[in-house]
Amino acid sequence: MGTLVAAIDLVKDFPLRGSLFDAFSSHRAAVHAVDRVSLTLAEGEVLGLAGESGSGKSTTGRLLLRLLEPTSGRVEYRGRDITGLGTRELAAFRSRAQIVFQDPNSSLSPRMSVGQAITHPLQIHGIGTAAEQRASVLELMEKVGLSPAQFLYRKYPHQLSGGQSQRVVIARALITRPDFLVADEPLAMADVSVRALILQLMRQLKEDMGLTYLFITHDLATAKYLCDRIAVMYLGRIVEVAPREELFSRPHHPYTKALLAAVPVPDPRARRDKNLPRGEIPSAIHPPPGCHFHPRCPFAVAKCREARPPLREIGPGHVSACILD
Amino acid sequence: MQSTSETILRVNDLTIHYPISIGIVRAVEGVSFTLADGEALGLVGESGCGKSTLGLSLLKLLRPPGRVTGGSILYRGTDILGLDARSLLAMRGRSISMIFQNPLTSLNPLFTVERHFLETIHYHDPSLSRGKALAATGKMLATLGIEEKRLREYPHQLSGGMRQRIMIGRALIMNPGILIPDEPTTSLDVIVEAGFTELLANLRKVYKLSIILITHNLGLVAEIADRIAVMYGGKIMEIGSAQDIFARPMHPYTQGLIDCVPNIQLDQKELVTMPGSPPDLVSPPVGCRFAPRCPKVMPVCTERTPRLLEHAPEHSSACWLYERHG
Repeated sequence: MGTLVAAIDLVKDFPLRGSLFDAFSSHRAAVHAVDRVSLTLAEGEVLGLAGESGSGKSTTGRLLLRLLEPTSGRVEYRGRDITGLGTRELAAFRSRAQIVFQDPNSSLSPRMSVGQAITHPLQIHGIGTAAEQRASVLELMEKVGLSPAQFLYRKYPHQLSGGQSQRVVIARALITRPDFLVADEPLAMADVSVRALILQLMRQLKEDMGLTYLFITHDLATAKYLCDRIAVMYLGRIVEVAPREELFSRPHHPYTKALLAAVPVPDPRARRDKNLPRGEIPSAIHPPPGCHFHPRCPFAVAKCREARPPLREIGPGHVSACILD
Repeated sequence: MQSTSETILRVNDLTIHYPISIGIVRAVEGVSFTLADGEALGLVGESGCGKSTLGLSLLKLLRPPGRVTGGSILYRGTDILGLDARSLLAMRGRSISMIFQNPLTSLNPLFTVERHFLETIHYHDPSLSRGKALAATGKMLATLGIEEKRLREYPHQLSGGMRQRIMIGRALIMNPGILIPDEPTTSLDVIVEAGFTELLANLRKVYKLSIILITHNLGLVAEIADRIAVMYGGKIMEIGSAQDIFARPMHPYTQGLIDCVPNIQLDQKELVTMPGSPPDLVSPPVGCRFAPRCPKVMPVCTERTPRLLEHAPEHSSACWLYERHG
């Protein structure tokens, strides 16, 4: 399998609106949202990007699609750097790489019918005649479970259930036949029974349409169900990447272990002591020196404070940014 | 469980309606359950099943047009529905306390942490001196694991987890008998959520607290609850010990709900899915409200409503699979 998307040393800082005093200082305060992140996605792979709020996972997803411009570093799609693309080439890339956001209701215009919403990308990219567009929209609607498509085609978002809205958003993202999809917490707003249906649908579509996913989630149980590999982020950095089985059976980084221990298990017999890390994720404006996790890490030693630990290989396809064994 | 300790809350045949332009939303219909002293009951279900409406009604906090149209709510033998405005104000926070989903909208941005506590204490006990109120607040902060210096901070200066702990502290400062957290961890991250679970377990030991946990999160309820009531379409479909509900679910809806949740401890190749959507509560289906989605539906299910009956010791279910018919 070839590499479809690669992020190389991505950095994204969001400068804070400075005071008058800052204007004279050379160092502007910024939120260091993404701090030298490198990732690769093989064709047909589902890579999970897991972490808590504020870890930089959504920013990373947007950088991969160039919905945000990186401060430094680059993104390659099929070996080509997309950070330098011009308007026309960028439009072509956008038809190949799509995103599904968390809240389907805020991603759909209340004034556009289901049919209009899903047809819109085809119009933007000038794909097909009106009749062809309608035919392919109806076909895709059936495929994502918006059935009967003829009937739902005329409906408006307020007439849909939560599950149906998310299916419309997925169909709209897939109508230009992309091969790369960033799914940013697509299940967070959905009810329990709807979640399972959407997960099943995403798996089905991946097989049928040969898709590659970046699946952004804070829920490791869901990641375990859907992903081939999982990358764990903490405060703008990737701290561990491993194939699914490996990550769940042999987690290495103390932060990964903490995340795994914290996941509630739907089984009262599984109640256990969790050994939680102290406190909460610190601010990305002044992140701690050295390993970002050391102030909360139960195993931290003096050396953890000194330098950023590099990602090192600790098993086949398994890297971890922790100096401890 | 009820046999060994006293019953603190008894809800009998509670029915709540919302009259709206197109008809009456039958949000809660004929719900009965008991809560024993010191027990944690989980109220589980998906959006729109009536669990939050039920929770609000226990404090008589329903907003119009919502109205209790039948049944009773007995807190230590007193019917809450019959209380006058003054007794209600005394009851809320002192007998039963509720914590809502989003702590930021429940805290006053212009009040310091200290003032949030002092206001609650002063409201319920105006004669208590400031010194004694501060001492009680300090003790509560220590139990919650919050540093004393936070007293002078405002909500925006606190992290999400800390705000949630302040909410819990304020709900518990008058030492109520029952705490009702409504989706308490929905806006929190997993590690903070796990911290909440641990804190709640500790508080139960310290305060002999009874809890009604309202949530759609089966993982959370499995971690906290002694007993679980599963709601669907405004009714309790099944109620039993947490162990029984997860290990031996009776109702096909409970079964479906458990099977469709990804479990990190299992290697699930496929998730079971539940097609269809929850019932329209203005004109709910005749018979069992789950029948249109039920994989085990029988002719009787769409004709007559099953009763919530004890089909195993301390384990009740409203399902024709277990009730005699024909």
